[in-house]
Amino acid sequence: MDEEFDVIVLGTGLTECILSGLLSVEGKKVLHIDKQDFYGGESASLNLSQVYSKFRPSGQKPELAGRDRDWCIDLIPKFLMSNGELTNILVHTDVTRYIEFKQIGGSYVYRNGRIAKVPANEMEAVRSSLMGIFEKRRMKGFLEFIAKYDEDDKSTHQGLDLDNNTMNEVYNYFRLENGTKDFIGHAMALWPNDDYLNEPAKPTYERIILYVQSVAKYGKSPYIYPLYGLGELPQGFARLSAIYGGTYMLGTPIDEILYDEKKNFAGVITKEGKAKAPIVIADPTYFPERVKKTGQKVIRAMCILDHPVANTSDLDSLQLIIPQNQVGRKHDIYVAVVSDVHCVVPKGYYLAIVSTIIETETPHVELEPAFKLLGSRVDTLMGIAELYEPQDDGTSSGIFISKSYDSTSHFESMTDDVKDLYFRVTGKPLVLKKRPSDQEEDDALNGL
Amino acid sequence: MSFPNPAKAVKLVLLGEAAVGKSSLVLRFVSNDFQENKEPTIGAAFLTQKCTIGDKTIKYEIWDTAGQERFASLAPMYYRNAQAALVVYDITKPASFLKARHWVKELHEQASKDITIALVGNKYDLVEDENDGDTLRKVSVEEGQKLAEDEGLLFFETSAKTSYNVNEVFVGIGTKIPESSAPTGVQQAGNEAGRIDLTTGAASTTQQTSGCC
Repeated sequence: MDEEFDVIVLGTGLTECILSGLLSVEGKKVLHIDKQDFYGGESASLNLSQVYSKFRPSGQKPELAGRDRDWCIDLIPKFLMSNGELTNILVHTDVTRYIEFKQIGGSYVYRNGRIAKVPANEMEAVRSSLMGIFEKRRMKGFLEFIAKYDEDDKSTHQGLDLDNNTMNEVYNYFRLENGTKDFIGHAMALWPNDDYLNEPAKPTYERIILYVQSVAKYGKSPYIYPLYGLGELPQGFARLSAIYGGTYMLGTPIDEILYDEKKNFAGVITKEGKAKAPIVIADPTYFPERVKKTGQKVIRAMCILDHPVANTSDLDSLQLIIPQNQVGRKHDIYVAVVSDVHCVVPKGYYLAIVSTIIETETPHVELEPAFKLLGSRVDTLMGIAELYEPQDDGTSSGIFISKSYDSTSHFESMTDDVKDLYFRVTGKPLVLKKRPSDQEEDDALNGL
Repeated sequence: MSFPNPAKAVKLVLLGEAAVGKSSLVLRFVSNDFQENKEPTIGAAFLTQKCTIGDKTIKYEIWDTAGQERFASLAPMYYRNAQAALVVYDITKPASFLKARHWVKELHEQASKDITIALVGNKYDLVEDENDGDTLRKVSVEEGQKLAEDEGLLFFETSAKTSYNVNEVFVGIGTKIPESSAPTGVQQAGNEAGRIDLTTGAASTTQQTSGCC
């Protein structure tokens, strides 16, 4: 091909595809390559045979209904917060045009041996089975404080300073019990461990606000999910990039990475020839020598069920969080359940993906508390992923590397990485604005 | 007094080798005053056009490949719930006809079973003046017809340039599309409840807008 580009993107994971789309829309000439022959990289949704060949290449596959492509199994289990930053990016880029979304039916938390719905407002708190009558009153007071808190109006602060007081101090001010702290911190603020307790309360306040506003948006839960699985997200942003002139090459391994005399990135050689660019954005697998381990490993178990999860009113989808404290761990266990209404499994099946950060030498045993709640499983496929991050910010070499997808249950940390990469690559902060007018789109089409 | 039937949305995808005239065919169809209720473009590679056939109105949502076919990198999303496809080749380029066979095969594998496919030999304007010599034509009408018959496709030769036969392609598809075929993926999903429109922030019910699906 022997062509020059502004940016080469390696890997079609969600982070890479969003950046590819944003940069193409801005007029950058983008070449986007994936060594694998499907979109999505680590954040793909795979069909049944792809999943079994990845996780159990030589093993048994149970008798399952439906065609191969009736199954879209996410490799990374996450939901979108309906008021979160990824939703924002989807709306501002109009990628919503290619993807349909559904609500997740409910958000649950494990406490004292059983599961209960997470209350998202004062009304639900009053009805919740999670708390006794006096604790409900205290929780109501806490939620009212959060809702009314106005940074500029001291009279709403109740003497607390969210930038200085720790979250534990705020909890104690409202005399909340430990179990209540657990579900506020882990099921609403969605912290994966208890480190936040001794840090300033502000980030936790912001996370609770995000949760509450996300629930308020559509009602049942704070989460939304794309039909046909999360793998639609990278495809949608890849399409955006292509419409604005991005070139796509899948199933194309990188034969050689080219550097200039200053050892900065200069291009790549593939079976299609040489492609040059001063900048590359890549997932960690393309530059193993330039990334480091974060020290965390995530175990993810895809569980195929033929029944809804017990004690959830037979919901078609839900998130279930098992806070660390409740099962004597340091990290929460997350369970994401989706079903045929999301077009990811044939009718009658449910897909539950269980994940957590590994703490012992027998990680599969760590997931037992979740398996117990799920009941009988048709099959379970497990994988362990080491998490990586770049060694440097890439500005000196022109090599910008994304982070691995972490164990959090939503996309907020992924969008932080997108914004951070965008800033490092372009030197300016990402400002989301509406896409160009129809006329400009006409011009873009005429140029095809 | 009777009200017109609501327009039935049909996702139509374009396939074919680069430079056979896929985008031109669509532009010819969309920008022609074929029907008075013409809708404007809402986005590159995602054009809509209404088409009235007898007493039914079809609203085509036309997906261009946006160049992703160049290195065989079309996403599954592209075929997803497509109810119609145009497989386009250039009648002066035999290689593009070979590629068309490939795309027909790909559609049978990837797309839904009841998809309506039209095989379209484009650039008829280049050969229409040649009487018996037909020097530029490299793919005969018979070859096209044979492939269409074998695979159960509609068949047309067109010219996006002169507009010859272009509307006929879309009317032909509209006539052949099964009445019962689902308007979008939504109905195939079997359950419409809980779907949401992110752009308005409204918790959805049933209404579909042309923009978001």
